[in-house]
Amino acid sequence: MVSARIIPCLDVRDGRVVKGIKFQGLVDSGDPVERAAAYEAQGADELCILDVSATNEGRANAIETVTAVRAVLGIPLTVGGGVRALSDAARLLDAGADKVAVNTAALARPELLREIHDSLGAQCTVLSLDAGRRLDDPTRYEIITHGGTKRTGVDAIEWARQAAEFGIGEILATSWDRDGTGEGYDLELLRELSRAVPVPIIASGGARHAEHMAEAFDAGASAVLAASIFHRGELTVADVKRTLIACGHDLRLTP
Amino acid sequence: MSADARIRVDMVKTGVANVASVAAALRRLGADVELTADAARVREGAAVVLPGVGSFGAGMRALRESGLDAVLAERIAENRPTLAVCLGLQLLCQSSEETPGIHGLGVLPIDVQRLRGAPRLPHFGWNAVGLESSAPEPAVGLLEEGDAYFAHTFCLTDADALEAEGWTVARTDEGSTFVSAVERGSVLACQFHPELSGPYGAALLGRWLASARTASAAAAAQGGPTW
Repeated sequence: MVSARIIPCLDVRDGRVVKGIKFQGLVDSGDPVERAAAYEAQGADELCILDVSATNEGRANAIETVTAVRAVLGIPLTVGGGVRALSDAARLLDAGADKVAVNTAALARPELLREIHDSLGAQCTVLSLDAGRRLDDPTRYEIITHGGTKRTGVDAIEWARQAAEFGIGEILATSWDRDGTGEGYDLELLRELSRAVPVPIIASGGARHAEHMAEAFDAGASAVLAASIFHRGELTVADVKRTLIACGHDLRLTP
Repeated sequence: MSADARIRVDMVKTGVANVASVAAALRRLGADVELTADAARVREGAAVVLPGVGSFGAGMRALRESGLDAVLAERIAENRPTLAVCLGLQLLCQSSEETPGIHGLGVLPIDVQRLRGAPRLPHFGWNAVGLESSAPEPAVGLLEEGDAYFAHTFCLTDADALEAEGWTVARTDEGSTFVSAVERGSVLACQFHPELSGPYGAALLGRWLASARTASAAAAAQGGPTW
């Protein structure tokens, strides 16, 4: 039986790790290669790098970052941010990513998911989905874009269902309402997504401690992503794994 | 070639596979990794990698077009140091449910099927590789038990048919039991990704490289091809 996964996430801008509250107020907190090696040593099951650069120069740095991280990293690496075309995805894989996360560009042109799937395989294709509860109906979720500034009105669950038909391998589901708050993952979002699609769901946004991760696994997530709690050194990956294993969850033990 | 010399690893260039992670992992272990579509090098190379990722049909098409299908089958039949990863393992089979009607390399006398019974597909993540065998005396070789990283939807299931052909078979459970790796001589083929399997994978790749160095040195000592 496959183990639940813990995935530290590095938000990288211009080659440095940053992490902000609700995608804004970014603060520099480290060298990505050092962080990557440290997280693998702590027992991280995968690593995620999200390029939050706003410029082409920044994006070029992100490719260098991926190459440098790959040279030291012996676990899977997902890279997202700025993937607008098949060629962007191929470039990231060539640099050393194992999976690419596609967000806004797929919303504008869902065929992009099929192109990446057909050319690079389902195992490389991750849909990155930023969802928030609707203002007019908080029981429903809509897709949020542009760093949280744009509410699209697109139903998040329907979009996940549609994307699954285009051949994605995983969904990275970030709760816009919970990201950076430490209030825990949006469990209802995870439940609805895991009912709607057959592919694994990675929960993202809102984790403060291992109990939040346990809740996410119980809600149907196959993996949990967290950034701030690991970057700030409040908890190591090994800490949360020990707690989760003690609670009866199945995780990979690292020596 | 002495046993501790740097070894050249020829990685088969199919154009449909992601090779950066495999290359990085082998380089960390001291190998010189080069991509090639040259049939002579793939036939005679000291150590050859058939990487994974992509679809069965696209992978076989790429191998046929570059004429590498026959030479890969030949070197594997001779148990020469060869590593196949993920789709690479599946390409060794006769056919795949993923792309019906396309012939594989046929080195392994079974067909690739969709993984049955898994709660979620693709099967992504870390899972236990087990070596319990129905064979009377399990061989001691490259594979060891441990947790490895998987990313696949299709798999090999008929372990008995492989053991009958002299392959040592590792098994993994995800809804149903499937073949997670096979080895015979210096040939190692993994459904999981050793290059992404942390210390477990690095140790396995290290043992495979060591067996390739030994095989290469032995061939040189017998006046065989100086790989």
